[in-house]
Formats: sequence, structure tokens, C-alpha cells
Amino acid sequence: MSEAVLPGVTVPERRRGRLLRDSGLVLGGLIVGFVTLVAVLGPWLAPYDPFAIDLTRRLVPPAWMEGGTPENLLGTDQLGRDYLSRLIYGARISMVIGVLTVVTSGLIGTTMGVLGGYFGGRVDDVVVFAITARLSIPVVLVALAVVGLMGSSFTLVILVLGLLLWDRFAVVARSTTMQIRNLDYVAAAWCAGCSRASILLREILPNIASHLAVVATLEMALAILLEAALSFLGLGVPAPLPSWGLMIAEAKEYMFFSPWVIMIPGIALFVLVLGINLLGDALRDMLGTDLSR
Amino acid sequence: MARFLLRRLVVALLVAATVMTVSFLLTRLSGDLAISIAGPNATQEDVDLIRRAYGLDRPLWVQYLDWMGRALTGDFGESYFFKDRVSNLIAERLPVTVSLGLVGLGIALAVGPPLGIVAAVRENTWVDRAVMLVALIGQAMPSFWLGLILMIVLGLNLGWLPISGTGSWEHYVMPGIVLSFSAIPSLMRLTRSGMIDALASDYIRTARAKGLSRLSILVKHGFRNAAIPVVSIAAVQLGFMLGGSIVIETVFALHGVGFLAWESISKNDFPVVQAVVLVLALIYVGLTLLADLLNAVLDPRLRTA
Repeated sequence: MSEAVLPGVTVPERRRGRLLRDSGLVLGGLIVGFVTLVAVLGPWLAPYDPFAIDLTRRLVPPAWMEGGTPENLLGTDQLGRDYLSRLIYGARISMVIGVLTVVTSGLIGTTMGVLGGYFGGRVDDVVVFAITARLSIPVVLVALAVVGLMGSSFTLVILVLGLLLWDRFAVVARSTTMQIRNLDYVAAAWCAGCSRASILLREILPNIASHLAVVATLEMALAILLEAALSFLGLGVPAPLPSWGLMIAEAKEYMFFSPWVIMIPGIALFVLVLGINLLGDALRDMLGTDLSR
Repeated sequence: MARFLLRRLVVALLVAATVMTVSFLLTRLSGDLAISIAGPNATQEDVDLIRRAYGLDRPLWVQYLDWMGRALTGDFGESYFFKDRVSNLIAERLPVTVSLGLVGLGIALAVGPPLGIVAAVRENTWVDRAVMLVALIGQAMPSFWLGLILMIVLGLNLGWLPISGTGSWEHYVMPGIVLSFSAIPSLMRLTRSGMIDALASDYIRTARAKGLSRLSILVKHGFRNAAIPVVSIAAVQLGFMLGGSIVIETVFALHGVGFLAWESISKNDFPVVQAVVLVLALIYVGLTLLADLLNAVLDPRLRTA
């Protein structure tokens, strides 16, 4: 309608919007694709063993800085371990934790949200209450407390984050299910004699999947940031695993003399999270829905 | 209105009770506390002694009811490490965390909504895009890393602010800036989308047609309507910030409840951990309740809901 009335105004604006969205999509896709590739090919890409200590070559600066050598492109850490190799293995840790956390929390949140949204009534009351209670629990504190009491391990971090970060999945799954539950094709499936389970799995789930994908990107970015924060505080992924957060924590003592030790893993973390968020934003714009809070 | 308030209050109380149970179970299900407290070099006798001394040999439900009963009267027991009442420890440290939260929220409110308004007014121009870029950068910035960078730049290179510690107001500036980063993107986006909707509405056209000044239209007619969700989100964000302050307090060695929690976690001082989780959760519940009330006051349409 509006295009017919004001073609000269709306069309370029829309095109410009699309251009912006596409550049976000391309940039986000490139970043996430690149990091995924690095994570998968890690052992073949890393020039050195990320755990090999060489105390004679401690805190060698990156190759482009004074005192750097081409042998260690990104320098070495306080124990003489090759920083590039550790960074590459760190990408694996971030990606694996991000993906597995999202799978866990996505399963929990989607199940709760779809059940609440579809059945309504008492079931929905319970789901809404669970979401409210979950939101009032401070995530970082609880995650730290559990890891602190049980001892830090890779699996525990995934489990704790997965069990805590389901709230947004539940909120979005619930509201989108409510929107489509009374639509004709759902009613048709019901009339055709489909069971409730088959309606939920075959009619509802595929139609809310795109919205859940947007949530998945947001939660993955959050999970990666939280893992880094937990590891930074010493209660996440245990040493000597090269989690980016742990690399920053270990390098903290030296940051005033050689700031690059915290800049390199920090930039990697920042760029990866930025890429995931760009991808999520582009996805959301394509769907034309606003899920931002 | 009364029914709405009552309903919200009942839900808040139920949530509080759930959180109390969760924070109790959290420490009990995470392994044998007596072994954790005794440490790695303890003998079986030591462990048994600790178990009896702290009442950990009683059935779980007895411990639960005992803890619930005491917590309701504000008695969280005694800290194992600090040799002080947990309630004293928290009362001592809470003002630091609340001040930090308020500084963070103040900075976030000074930056987020104004940028959101500017972006909405200049929608689809480079200004709008620059503002959205700021939001994206803020979202992707790891808070502890930003803290370290500020320490290097503002603390060491420029020497403007103390690097870490608690004491003067200056110790709150850097942590406050870092904390505000977690709230700025959402406040900005919310203001922007609210303003875009408001500016496209009929009452703005009417106001323009009446010949009101641009500023008065933006502030009195536009922002007043866009502000309703922003106010409630700001209250909720403050709750999130207090919960998330543990990372920032630890980075800057700012001795608030977050730092207290971190110290207690590393020393297996579980009565303190339990109490901090509970206190922060209760503050959050209180703030969401406040947010709903503010909403009802600002938007009369919600009162009948």
C-alpha cells in the first residue's frame, strides 16, 4: 500500500535497510564460519602443542611487535606456550560450550514453552511461574557456587549453563505457540485425528523453529561470555585448558607491562560474540519480528 | 488495582519461597559439605566431627526447615571463615553493591535512552546505524575484559582513577562504567523502538499540527509514551546488575556482596553463599514488583488487567 502512495520514499529506505541487514548477515556469517572452521580444524592448524611449556621463551611479544619472532606469530604466554596455538584450541572450547549449552537449554526451554503455550491453564501457570523463579536467580553467582562446590570441569560448566539459560527459549516458545495454536492448520490436524504429540512435534515445532533459532544465537553468545567469565574467575574450565577467559586470567598479572597478553584472547572473544549477535540480528530482521527485550 | 497488586504480591512471595528452597538445595546437592569444609587433608574423624558440629548429620528436611525458620527471621547462621554472623557480613557489604548498582544504572540511563531517542529521530540514517553499532559492541564486550582495559588506560596510562579497591567514590567509577555496559544496549534498543512507534502515531501528528515545538513534541509526547517500558526494564536491569556485579567486584577488588560471595565460594563457606544468593534474588523479586507497580502508575490502562 505505502509503496503505491509514496514509491520514491519507501523503496530506497527499504533497500538501504536490507543492505544494512545483509552486511550484518555477511559479516556475522564470515566471523562465525571462520571460528567454526578454526575450531574444527584446530589440531591441523595449530603450529605448536598448546600445552608445551618452554620456560626459556616466556612472554615473547607477537611477531609484529618489537622483540617478536615469526616463530610465534602471536607470541608466547607466561609459561612459554605458543599463544596462537592456545587461541586456536580456545576457539574449540568456546564453540563446543556455546553449542552444547544451547542444545541443553533449548531442549528444556522449548519443551516448557510449547507445553505452556499449547495447553494453557494450569500447565501454563506452572511454566510462567518457573520462568519467573528462574529469572530471579542470579545466574553467574549460582553457576560459580555450583562449580566451586563440585570442582571445575568442562562438562559441569556446560551442564550448569544449560540448566540455567533456558528462560528466553521458554518465553519465546510459549508466546509463539500461543499465536499459532488456534490457526487453521493446527485445527485441521486435530480434526484429521492427529494425536497431541504429533500436533506439537509436526505442526507447532516446525513453525516456531525460526524464532527459536534467533534465541539460540543470543543464548550461544551469552553462554560463551559466561563461560569466559567463569573461567576468568577460576571456576569454569580448569587449567591448563586454553579457554579464552582463563588465558586472560592467567595473563592478568602481566597486563600492565605487556597489554597484548590480555588483548589477544579478549579481542578473539569479543569478535566471536559480535559475529554471533550480528547473525542473530540479521536472522531476526529477516523474520520481521522483534524479540528484543 | 487492588486485585492486580494482590496477585503480583502472591506470585512474588511464591517466587521468594522457591528461591529459598533452591538456594538451600544448591549447596546440599553439590556434594558432601562436611568433606568440602574439612579440606583435602582431613581424616574420616575430622569429617565426622564437622558433620556433627554443623548439624549436617541430621535428615535433609530437618536441616531445611531449621534453615528456613531462621532465614525468615533474618538469621543466616554463622560464617565458617569470617567468624561472624552472616547477616552482619551482608549488612556491611550490601551498601557497596547497591551503590555500585546505582552508579551503573545512572550511567546507563544517562547514555542509553538519549542515544535511543537520537537514533529514533534520525531513523535509517548514519546516526541511527552508529547508535545501533554501539549497542552491538556493548553486547559483545566481555565485562571482565573491559574492566581490565579500563584499568590499563584510565588507571595506569592516564592515572585518572584508582586501579582497584574500596574506599572513595572514585573506586566506583570504573566498575560503574563496566556495569552500565550490560544495561545500555537493551535500554537503547527499547527507547529507540518505542520512540519510532510513538513518533509514527496520530497524537504526534496532532501535536505537530498544533504547531508545538519540536523539543516539546519529542519529550512531552514522544518520550513520555516510549518511557513506560524503559522505566520497568530499568528496574529489572538493576536487579540483573546486582546479580552480575560478582564478576566486576572481583575484578576491581571492590568489597561488596559479590566479592564476599566469591571469597566464600573459594573457601567453601556455604552459609554465606546461600545467604548471598537468597538476598540478591529477593532484591530482584522486589525490583520486578516495583517495576510492575511503576508500570501501573505510569500506564493507567494496565491497572484493570
